[in-house]
Amino acid sequence: MAFFGLLKGRKEKQTSDPDGRNDRGLLIFENTSEVIQAENILKQAGWNIKVMGPPPEIQRGCDLVIDFPLIEELNILRILENEHIPPLEMVPVAGPLLQPVDIFHIKDFGRYLMVRAANMKITVDKETGHIVNVSGGGCPDVPYLAYEMVGHTLADAPSPRDIGHTLCGYALHLAYEEVKRQCSV
Amino acid sequence: MLGIVGTVPSEDFPLVTGEIALVDGIIRIEDKFVPVNRGTPALMAAAFIIAKTLGQPAPVAYLAGDIGRGRGSRNLYKYLVEHVMSMRLETLTFHYLQPIVHWHNRLQALLEDMRSRPRLIADAGFMYVAKMSGHADMYDLFTPDVGELAFLADESAPHPFYTRGFILHDEHRVPELIARAYDHNNSARYMIVKGKKDYLAHRDGILATVDSPVEEALEAMGGTGDTLTGIVSALIDSGLTIEDAAITAMKINRIAGSYARPTPATQVIEIINHIPKALAEVFQL
Repeated sequence: MAFFGLLKGRKEKQTSDPDGRNDRGLLIFENTSEVIQAENILKQAGWNIKVMGPPPEIQRGCDLVIDFPLIEELNILRILENEHIPPLEMVPVAGPLLQPVDIFHIKDFGRYLMVRAANMKITVDKETGHIVNVSGGGCPDVPYLAYEMVGHTLADAPSPRDIGHTLCGYALHLAYEEVKRQCSV
Repeated sequence: MLGIVGTVPSEDFPLVTGEIALVDGIIRIEDKFVPVNRGTPALMAAAFIIAKTLGQPAPVAYLAGDIGRGRGSRNLYKYLVEHVMSMRLETLTFHYLQPIVHWHNRLQALLEDMRSRPRLIADAGFMYVAKMSGHADMYDLFTPDVGELAFLADESAPHPFYTRGFILHDEHRVPELIARAYDHNNSARYMIVKGKKDYLAHRDGILATVDSPVEEALEAMGGTGDTLTGIVSALIDSGLTIEDAAITAMKINRIAGSYARPTPATQVIEIINHIPKALAEVFQL
């Protein structure tokens, strides 16, 4: 009996994703004209997206949203900004009220300063302004961003927002902006 | 035999499979060469050194180029779906892959159907997608750091970027976060939490901690978690239980880190070079 009770308890708390939707996000726009433009641009670029009605939690924007691959949020945002139709907001399908992380952890090693945002860390040599390490993260653009950024100064390193593609890249961008602010670059 | 699945940060790098070799600090797979700095090559280098020192076969790589656009990851998922049933592996470690739930679920369904399933270890992007899919408890071992543990503990977050603020990424709250991750079935059978103090835990609580030697600078270094995952993968594949392998790996990684006398600017290859000495010390070879 206790065994079946345990199984029942586990099932109730299972965070299953039967529809495979946990890796999807929603683009919210001001009006339907922007939705149609964005849909055309993203489809022409080969993105797996679709236009749909918004869930009830979303109280802003127009009555259409675009469903997109959430992990590649940074990549899609850059495309839409380049076309001058940035969305009002980008939210996860799994939790439309969830907000990006906004707490930074800062660790001072003396000569070096490390800033962490979510799962991403960036470390800078305070004396020279050089980025000496990038760590954390799990998406494949993290090693790429580390390769492109480590060894450069904060002033001349490429921004993760410009060359990253994923949510890990976006988190690194937040850490990068904060470390620049801390170092007054 | 140990299989390692991951990516390297190059769009041009094709999907390659084959035995891993480490030559003058560079990974070689068939005719492809990959520098060891961080990420999957660092994991592979650490696993290769452990396997070689213990007289085990070299791990097998399943590697593709991906800079975050997902193309290389999708090719790898497709390859695995087509070939995983015929792979003869005792241990399979998944690492930097784009988290794509539908591809994960196709692979997971095949793995579940296997009569004799390899020990399954997940870190980085593949650990994220295992949690996102709701099938984390099919895996044998996750290796999160404290930030990733907060993501596992937040049943609502689809990615660490959306971890809610009240679930603080705080070293002092690690036991609480571990319990919360298991309470929502969002962890593997075992987890190693990498941090100032390393934890080995499972559903019933914390089994062991390793907190010495301490090198504060390791927190800032890219790749120290990758080496730990590589070490534990190779030790599990050598026949140790997951518990023994995890505790041994935590010690080896910390000792190798200490031998490197690291600063926050140290690169992970300097730690990898000390793994044989650290392994000898832990095993008293």
